[in-house]
Amino acid sequence: MPGSLFRLSVVAGLFLFGAPPARAAEANDPWPGLVQDIFNNRPMNDGSDVIAVEMPSRAEDAAIVPVTLRTKLSPGDSRQVLSITLVIDQNPAPMAAKFQLGPDAKVSEISTRVRVNNYTDVHAVAELSDGKLYMTKTYVKASGGCSAPAAKNADEAKGRLGQMRYRQFGRAGEGSASGAREAQIMIGHPNNSGLQMDQVTQLYVPAFFVNELRLWQDDSLVLTMEGGISISEDPNIRFTYVSNGAKTFRAEAKDTEGHVFQREWKIDDSGI
Amino acid sequence: MARAALIMAALAMLATATASRAQQQELPVNSIVDGVFVHNGQTAQMTRENGGAIANVGFIVGEDAVAVIDTGGSLREGRQLMAAIRARTGKPIRYVINTHGHPDHVFGNGAFVQNGTTFVGHANLPRALAARGQFYLDAFRRTMGDQLIDEIRIVPPTLLVSGSLNLDLGARTLVLRAWPAAHSDCDLTVLDEKTGTLFAGDLVFLAHTPVLDGSIRGWLGVLGELGALPAQRVVPGHGPVSGWPAALADERRYLQTLASDVRGLVTSGKPITAAGTAAGSERSRWELFDDFNTRNATAAFSEIEWE
Repeated sequence: MPGSLFRLSVVAGLFLFGAPPARAAEANDPWPGLVQDIFNNRPMNDGSDVIAVEMPSRAEDAAIVPVTLRTKLSPGDSRQVLSITLVIDQNPAPMAAKFQLGPDAKVSEISTRVRVNNYTDVHAVAELSDGKLYMTKTYVKASGGCSAPAAKNADEAKGRLGQMRYRQFGRAGEGSASGAREAQIMIGHPNNSGLQMDQVTQLYVPAFFVNELRLWQDDSLVLTMEGGISISEDPNIRFTYVSNGAKTFRAEAKDTEGHVFQREWKIDDSGI
Repeated sequence: MARAALIMAALAMLATATASRAQQQELPVNSIVDGVFVHNGQTAQMTRENGGAIANVGFIVGEDAVAVIDTGGSLREGRQLMAAIRARTGKPIRYVINTHGHPDHVFGNGAFVQNGTTFVGHANLPRALAARGQFYLDAFRRTMGDQLIDEIRIVPPTLLVSGSLNLDLGARTLVLRAWPAAHSDCDLTVLDEKTGTLFAGDLVFLAHTPVLDGSIRGWLGVLGELGALPAQRVVPGHGPVSGWPAALADERRYLQTLASDVRGLVTSGKPITAAGTAAGSERSRWELFDDFNTRNATAAFSEIEWE
């Protein structure tokens, strides 16, 4: 069950925490083990014609590294993308997110932001309606300087807990005629990694993060995300989908402490 | 004969080793005003070659005791700073003050751990070091190497400052002030009242591109009050010792430009991947611009989009 995988990875991360990742990264490739743990050793097919994963070659801010997943199936292809799993191999919790694409929403692009702890391969694995997995990857260098995959302003991060924002963007040359929309959901949440020790108790602070997000247009599912601690503070998902003419957009997020955040917005028909 | 030669050779090696250690031992410091000493860090990233000595660090000598302000980017730099202090005064080091938690300012702390020395920092500093300390050690191993990193210990403060705190060095009062999130979320300044010298930590950058690791709106928000502090001169975290408050002008312009450009990108619906175009007009005015500007803009974007 994917939910337990996120936790498993976190626990593994605790044990690995003291190891110098610089050397670990060069010494062994964690990918075969991750294929086993996350994908049950299912065969990985070449996904270069199916999916793209775009990241900057160097992470500028370790806590906020943009990543874009893009489906590449041609319009005539009868297969559909069911889900996309994002894996950041060298992170303490490598399984960053699993996105499930709504059956009728034709989601073609998903952008979010992740934490990157180290020089690492980043894999995107798409599961298609043919029942097969398709993989593609990129490589990201960790950031330099005093950048860290931790909160910049820890008090403010807590203060924003549960705030949700929805925004719709205009798309040049498209818009309401084709039904293609670009929208964004922001959730205020510290998405705390938990990989830090309390100075007084000498115990690890428990992880506290958004582990489930669901988005609907009216009652039709657009996108879901199962997330882990590799997703940046204040989870932010920007995506392209096709409108079914719905009048409302709805989001529901849950976190590891059992909070449920829900909100609904009216969709602006102008497409802006 | 053979034995004498061996002894001679051993002595020669010892002499060489001692000489090279003696050369390395003292961190170069300037006496910028009565009793205030500053090492001006290189404007660079921390590397094996520079031993992490990229930040300004210093010390203030009172009638009774010494306060150290930041300890440098390696234990080696901390030891060299200690040697520079001991070459000038035998008074006890009563306080080690960290202006914030970045590695170039705190990695030398371990050189000062001894009875009678109290580590002082912003009330948020222990949390920041807990969240980031191990990551910094791992990350800088790559650029600084095992030899420099292996001996570093993260030493958090035990005397914590929220609001302000006065420290007495004997006929010399240091006024410490903890700031809301700005450069980082644990910025602390130290004002030597006797000479009007402000150790601003990384709340003030000159020449070195300012680095945003806290809150851009917070940083712009504190500049007014910071500039009103009764100082004659500032020791910035990076860059030359300068007149106060004129030293703030370049940084204020950079941060205002960055915030304004990022706000424009957010308003027009650009994605965060476009953030690096912000503050392009500042490129020629700063060193290390390409190392830090996109990172600053990315951080500013993720903050300003919540406005």
